[in-house]
Amino acid sequence: MRLLKLVPEDTNIHFLKWRVPFYVISVLLIAASWALVLTKGLNYGVDFAGGLEIQATFTKSEEAPIAALRDQVGGLGYGDPVIQRFGDENQVSIRMRLPDDVSGDKAAADRISDQVISDLEAKFPDFRLDFKGSVSGKVSGEFRTKAVYALLAAMLAIALYIWVRFEWQFGVGALFALFHDVSLTLGMFALFQMEFSLQIIAAILAIIGYSLNDTIVVYDRIRENLKKYRKMGIVELLDLSVNETLARTVMTSLTLLVALIPLLIFGPASLFGLTAAITLGIFVGTYSSIYMAAPILIWLGVTSHSFVPTESVADKQDRKARGEA
Amino acid sequence: MLDFPPWKRIFLWLITLVAILAMLPSAVSLSGGKWPESLPDPEINLGLDLAGGSHILLEADPAQVAHQRLETMEESVRAVLRDADPRIRIGDISTADDKLSFLLDDPSQVDAARDLIEPLTTGAGLTGQRDWTIEVVDGSRFILTQSRAGLDLAVNQAMDSAAEVVRKRIDALGTREPTIIRQGDERIVVQVPGLQDPQQLKDLLGQTAKLEFKLVDQTALQSDIEQGIAPPGKEIVPYAATSRFAGSSIVVDRLGGIRGDSLTNAQQSFDPQTNEPVVNITFDPQGGARFARLTSENVGKPFAIILDGEVLSAPNINEAILGGTARISGGFTVETANQLAIALRSGALPVDLAVVEERTVGPDLGADSIRKGIIAMSIGSLLVVALMILSYGRFGIYATIALVLNVLMILGIMSIMGTTLTLPGIAGFVLTIGAAVDANVLINERIREERKRGRRVIAAVENGYKEASRAIYDANITNFIAGVLLFLFGSGPVRGFAVVLIIGLFTSVFTAVTMTRMWVAGWLRKARPTDLNV
Repeated sequence: MRLLKLVPEDTNIHFLKWRVPFYVISVLLIAASWALVLTKGLNYGVDFAGGLEIQATFTKSEEAPIAALRDQVGGLGYGDPVIQRFGDENQVSIRMRLPDDVSGDKAAADRISDQVISDLEAKFPDFRLDFKGSVSGKVSGEFRTKAVYALLAAMLAIALYIWVRFEWQFGVGALFALFHDVSLTLGMFALFQMEFSLQIIAAILAIIGYSLNDTIVVYDRIRENLKKYRKMGIVELLDLSVNETLARTVMTSLTLLVALIPLLIFGPASLFGLTAAITLGIFVGTYSSIYMAAPILIWLGVTSHSFVPTESVADKQDRKARGEA
Repeated sequence: MLDFPPWKRIFLWLITLVAILAMLPSAVSLSGGKWPESLPDPEINLGLDLAGGSHILLEADPAQVAHQRLETMEESVRAVLRDADPRIRIGDISTADDKLSFLLDDPSQVDAARDLIEPLTTGAGLTGQRDWTIEVVDGSRFILTQSRAGLDLAVNQAMDSAAEVVRKRIDALGTREPTIIRQGDERIVVQVPGLQDPQQLKDLLGQTAKLEFKLVDQTALQSDIEQGIAPPGKEIVPYAATSRFAGSSIVVDRLGGIRGDSLTNAQQSFDPQTNEPVVNITFDPQGGARFARLTSENVGKPFAIILDGEVLSAPNINEAILGGTARISGGFTVETANQLAIALRSGALPVDLAVVEERTVGPDLGADSIRKGIIAMSIGSLLVVALMILSYGRFGIYATIALVLNVLMILGIMSIMGTTLTLPGIAGFVLTIGAAVDANVLINERIREERKRGRRVIAAVENGYKEASRAIYDANITNFIAGVLLFLFGSGPVRGFAVVLIIGLFTSVFTAVTMTRMWVAGWLRKARPTDLNV
């Protein structure tokens, strides 16, 4: 049987030739992402903004009465709800932030959501409640703080580990690649105003894990080649390492994609955000381990000497005893 | 590297087998069957987002505890000084912030008063601190301040008993397998699977059920009540919305009433005359005696039955009630009367609890999520398997078997550890499948490379595993770090994602690296191939 080879055996692409333009583009993208996050802001879900979310099915209807719902819920006087189809045609999600005047009342989110539900149950006889979430302002604030800590702690702990296992330049490189991935993901969420919830934090941590996996594979090969080809120029050596691991990079990204895409298409609606974020992250992560993590090593001055084992005192004495120079 | 003596092979298979056996009970019950009760049954818990149910986070207000302690202290101080011989008279009592302050009429009694008040405080904390500090200023003014440690201790005790009361009330609803955990200093998490009516549960938990009987002051001017001015030592209490006098208020004695925390029973019943739903309560002997004294001393006067700061009714005391039982009416429906009976039986909550977070998933959505999740996972796995076998032939088949074992082992270990599978956990499975396959991709690509460089079959396989392992371990450890942090900082369903990821890291190294190496070694030894189709 002839086996499938996604990357031809003698692939030799000069990835690093384009490192400067790609770096410029990436840095611009990072800046643009943060600009978007700061100006447009993230579309916080109930977890992070506080408020209420209701998912419901209209069991006897072909289509959910979205316009009627908007009038009904909006008419309650708690602000404008965001009402969208969610899942099937007759399913909706209703999201609402809390009006400011109840921010002091910690049970307000729950009370208002219960009122909305009983109101809808009375108005629409085929209303079936699938999900109800209410989060008070204080709890959502804690979720935000925790999320920021989790992301920062994960990036730092991982960079430290890489530093210990490789060299400091690699730790910096990995950290920068992760920063790139997280920034672009956040930028994407700000640009498209997709709902940013606790699940997305899980997705970002998964992206961090995956992107790092990629970075480590490339780094591991760079380290191996640095020891093997002592005379090779660093650019050439990085190119060689990326090419040698290219088959694996493509294959792994592809397997992950074929596993994730069915989840995107056939999976439950409430997993869509999480899956979409991870899928996106696979592209960003793969790109960053080639174009962010590798070239930075050149600028940080990694050479073949970075991994030469330094001669120990005992070796030196041995050598002298043998009368060698 | 490729040396697998029989004991090692048996050992590896044994581990695999145990893990897989552990997932059988879950598999049987998930597919709708019934696991025989005589066998041990470690089972995976389904998260609320899959099984349906409610997650409710309750929060207390510590300031309320502080306020109550202040009130209790005031009553105690008044009582000990009144009963002292000679009686110690005090005036200008005020309670503000965390302080109780009062003035002695006779400054020469300071020492006597101090001797009486000191025993009212107790030790709090490890440093020998008291729960109240007593100061005397300007010769005759006492200031009692709650210490931080004392308040913390009180809040802690209040939360412990609140959790206990919550448990009793939920049990009274007949809910199966509720989880009730204290979280932090002032919160309680309640999780109830498969609940049909979370509203009923919340109504029950939202009711503090602090029942009080207080004498009504009929001398207060209606105009003062309307302006909210209470005479000294009295307080204004509004009527409950369900009562006949809703909207109006009455004035009652602030102290000296009877609390309903000394009940032995409470039952919903009907008033024999009006057929209105009522709650019959039975006091314990002590409470009964106090109730008898209050009613016999005040025959002909009205007393107010107050529930959570609202008057239910204020009947006249027609005669002394000596039997230790009483009937409470107040515009109840059968349902609200029943609910109050449950709440009173389980005791009053020592603090009000507010619902600060709720997540309720209907049973249909959960079942739908499981079905869709399984379909998506199956399609995804099939595609991954096809890709692996097409790319790596025999080595792809080994990777596939490893993948199947991997998924079964994760389920098994989750069963043994009794962890919870949530909706994001399903996404975690998909990601783990990808990560596990990555190990095989790394190894197989490396073997390809080693062959290309001209190494002989055995050396190529050996080198492939050895060189690839380094990157696999580094990648898994860093992923482990990310997973643990997600677990520590995440909450609820997101933790389920972390659990699957973390367990999956261990099982995937075991199956994708160790097990496949054993199979490859076995095949190499038997078939002695001269070339590899990889």
